[in-house]
Amino acid sequence: MSLDKETVARIARLARLKVPEEELAPLAGELSGIFAWIEQLNEVDTSNVEPMSSVSDVTLPMRADKVTDGGIAAKVLANAPGGAVFIDPSDKNAGGFFTVPKVVE
Amino acid sequence: MAALTDLTIAQLTSALADKEASAVEVADAHLAKLDEHRALNAFITETPDKARDMAKASDARRAKGEAGLLEGVPLAIKDLFCTEGVQTTAASKILEGFVPQYESTVTANLWKSGAVMVGKTNLDEFAMGSSNMTSHFGGVENPWKRKGDNRKLVPGGSSGGSAAAVAAYMVPGSTGTDTGGSIRQPAAFCGIVGLKPTYGRCSRWGVVAFASSLDQPGPFARTVEDTALLLQAMSGHDPKDSTSAPLPVPDFAAAARNPDIRGMKVGIPREYRVDGTSEEIVALWSKGMDMLKSAGAEPVEVSLPHTKYALPAYYIVAPAECSSNLARYDGVRFGLRVPGKDLTELYENTRGAGFGKETRRRILIGTYVLSAGYYDAYYKKAQQIRALIARDFKQAFEKCDVLLTPTAPTAAFAAGEQMDDPVAMYLNDMFTIPASMAGLPGISVPVSLDKDGLPLGLQLIGRSFDEETLLRAAAALEKAASFSARAAGY
Repeated sequence: MSLDKETVARIARLARLKVPEEELAPLAGELSGIFAWIEQLNEVDTSNVEPMSSVSDVTLPMRADKVTDGGIAAKVLANAPGGAVFIDPSDKNAGGFFTVPKVVE
Repeated sequence: MAALTDLTIAQLTSALADKEASAVEVADAHLAKLDEHRALNAFITETPDKARDMAKASDARRAKGEAGLLEGVPLAIKDLFCTEGVQTTAASKILEGFVPQYESTVTANLWKSGAVMVGKTNLDEFAMGSSNMTSHFGGVENPWKRKGDNRKLVPGGSSGGSAAAVAAYMVPGSTGTDTGGSIRQPAAFCGIVGLKPTYGRCSRWGVVAFASSLDQPGPFARTVEDTALLLQAMSGHDPKDSTSAPLPVPDFAAAARNPDIRGMKVGIPREYRVDGTSEEIVALWSKGMDMLKSAGAEPVEVSLPHTKYALPAYYIVAPAECSSNLARYDGVRFGLRVPGKDLTELYENTRGAGFGKETRRRILIGTYVLSAGYYDAYYKKAQQIRALIARDFKQAFEKCDVLLTPTAPTAAFAAGEQMDDPVAMYLNDMFTIPASMAGLPGISVPVSLDKDGLPLGLQLIGRSFDEETLLRAAAALEKAASFSARAAGY
């Protein structure tokens, strides 16, 4: 399996990851090496094998559908890059808005 | 009495109980070691003020007769665990300056049991690496050096800072996370004990995610008993992590204090005899088996036929999950933000500038294997192989109680060695990854020094949720090996 520069550029675009033009060719080489090594998995016949969905044999429980947390609006909003905007500045637990710099035109 | 920083966790808690020292004195002694060995770069953030406050509170609790399991014990926390009010970076530029408003369940459990945080340790970026060289905050130096060779060695990774801090006696214990070997391999490189619990034993809530089906928090310490004490405090069902197992927490420390392994069957997987393993490690492995045999265990040859496929399958599963998990770092809601002419370019610029080379490589691999038309050929195939690996272990455990293998194919290497070829670097984890793929618990125990004077470790792998048997075997190995070497100058 060999990846060319164009394929790496396409994956980078899918991953929303800017890769400088001059790094595309070396990356294509590295990734091709990794995929060539991964190819050995084709030696294994997996035609009747159910893919693993969980490593744990333990049945995971459902939890009760009830409110267990809350009243922490100030904490929820603390890391907002555009700052926290509270509906009622005198009651920070009344809620507010998580604001980010404008991302739509 | 020995210096406070030379004491194990078990010794510290009894010294504190006997009023031979206060938690504040214990914290100060360890903080002084952080000062002394800052050049190792083991910490990204030191929290001396918080440590003193927590120690004061600990002394107050003890005075009221409310001492917890780890009351007054100073610990270092891998900077992948969210800690309320303390910067949490995952060693990435993209998260630099991020201050969580919540505490991970594992660290909250540790603080509930009385432990004191001295700081957040360095790691490979987003826990991706086996050398600690991929950290945005610079590599960590291993306290150990080869005899007559002054070159800096890596502490292993990804939890390299946590392992180096314990090996340098800056703390008696620390937390790590293990996705493919990130606790066991650095423990071996630094001559300490490191345990990866069964997947689901410790909650992943509040731990920055790398590969969600593999990630598992676990402890580092200098003895098996201390490791068990930490595990006991860290474990437990957490409704906030849907994969956390709803099981009671056994008395792990009691298991670690009982190195009676008479009649225990120890499996030796023949597929772990692979080319590229140093001869010294092969010899160490049979020496380890002899030690367990002398202690009354019975060696059993077992076969894990799909071992060689674990590593390439891991390099599909882990990058695929990483590419999904790291999609959240988009420059909009938190973390680094690099502007662009439109939203797509803002994403691309932010992620291009914020992620290091290894993280970028894994995101690209993951995005490729999950892209349209490739899912069956890669991710599904890897999960099928994973099922076969888990089946291999299940069958082996019908014949034995634990498995004994090397932890890593070599001792610690120098910064810069093995760095050019990513596949060669990935091979470092060949002995640890199969157990990760099957979600099984594993522990690395230091056994001896190699001809260069570097520590070597052996790995024990246990049945799912049977850390008690694993700890008993580890305690027996520790007792027989009686490893007591310290890195020169630490």
